[in-house]
Amino acid sequence: MTPRPTAMLIPIAFLGGLYFAVFSNVASFLPALLNGLTVTIQVAIPSAILAYAISVAAGLGRLSRNAAVRLMSGAYVEIFRGVSLLVILFWLFFVLPEFGLTLSPYVAALLGISLNAGAYGAEIIRGAVQAVPRGQYEACVTLNMPGWRKYSRIILPQALIIAVPALTNMTIELLKGTALVSAVTLVDVTAAGVRQNQLTYRTIEIFSVLALIYFCLSQVVRFAGALLETGFNRHLRTGRS
Amino acid sequence: MDWRWDFTFETVIPRILPGLWVTVEVTVLSFFLALFLGLFLMLAKRSKISFLAFLAAEFIEFMRGMPLVVVIFFLFFVLPMAGIYLPPIWTGVLAMGVYNSAPAAEILRGGLQAVPKGQWEAAYVLNYPPHQAFRRIILPQAVGPVIPGLGNLLILAFKETPLLSFVAIPEMLDTAKRIASETYRFTEPLTVVGVLFLILSLVSAVFIKIVERHMIPEMRHGR
Repeated sequence: MTPRPTAMLIPIAFLGGLYFAVFSNVASFLPALLNGLTVTIQVAIPSAILAYAISVAAGLGRLSRNAAVRLMSGAYVEIFRGVSLLVILFWLFFVLPEFGLTLSPYVAALLGISLNAGAYGAEIIRGAVQAVPRGQYEACVTLNMPGWRKYSRIILPQALIIAVPALTNMTIELLKGTALVSAVTLVDVTAAGVRQNQLTYRTIEIFSVLALIYFCLSQVVRFAGALLETGFNRHLRTGRS
Repeated sequence: MDWRWDFTFETVIPRILPGLWVTVEVTVLSFFLALFLGLFLMLAKRSKISFLAFLAAEFIEFMRGMPLVVVIFFLFFVLPMAGIYLPPIWTGVLAMGVYNSAPAAEILRGGLQAVPKGQWEAAYVLNYPPHQAFRRIILPQAVGPVIPGLGNLLILAFKETPLLSFVAIPEMLDTAKRIASETYRFTEPLTVVGVLFLILSLVSAVFIKIVERHMIPEMRHGR
């Protein structure tokens, strides 16, 4: 398969940017969008890290020998995959106070997004751990490795290599999920765009910039994923010792 | 915490059920729109005209990196500017259909590529005209691998419908928000919506498993 000719996008983007800068009074809405972008990033990065931690914990939990752990992580995955993110966010922010637990908007957004993405990630990790060849487990038993070291040194590193492409997709989904945090009153880049649209009526310009921002962010994630993948697969490359 | 069952059964559920109908309607319609658009996208991406293939590939990549909310807002504000006035629900269906056409195209492409090349060659050798080879030989074999992916896409589309509440389409979450703002009680409406979503997506996952078992011949014979 030939590589995607993304290079053609660059001149298009440049010409488009030039057009915007000249004709569309960018200065009236761009600062607000950039403020929103910082919020998006502030939500996205910690919740991605939290989501990875949850994925590994719940993914391994689903494979646990302990039935209670297995049941609990199974229930977690089914619940948070079955309910849509927006409903989860609303529930965390508006219903949890009824149970005596009031979350700040930021914490609610962080928890909602990472719990939702973590449920998808758990399935990815479970699949990846199951894809590690049986012989690796047997070798660990033969070498008399304790259980935790078996996982931390042998199984998980190999599983992570398998999981990286799927985790990249999960991270992009998570990034797209942050567009919903306006539900818990955070003003992220989407919410800022909608607000600016009501103020300046530059609809097409604002939403094109918005789309471009998300496109760039997801390309960054995809690029990072590709880098990780080649880094992890270094030992498979031939021709360089 | 005080949970009021009478409020739940007398106010919340009767009002949310029509919202559930809207949700299902939007899901199904947008899913078929996505399939339709996805088929064309996939054909464009595989076409020999490199410019068309480039456009389709870039569109798919672009859509996969964009949140659905942005698409919804965009269509909501831009369509009237272009002089197209659709009822809100149709705009919602259009937004979700366009948004989901990208993953649908990828799934369909995967299904076609899963058909071994030898099948094309065999059809060629047997002197099938290309369109008939596609319709009689390739397409029936591509259906099986596609079904699990499309099933997942349907469930995903179902779970994306609450985003339409941002533009006040009266689906489940929007109805729940409306009840909450009238009665100042968030607990019951939001929990009912969450539970309904959970039940429906679990049920539809089981349903899709059954369909898979019936539609994919290899699975039916217990491989």
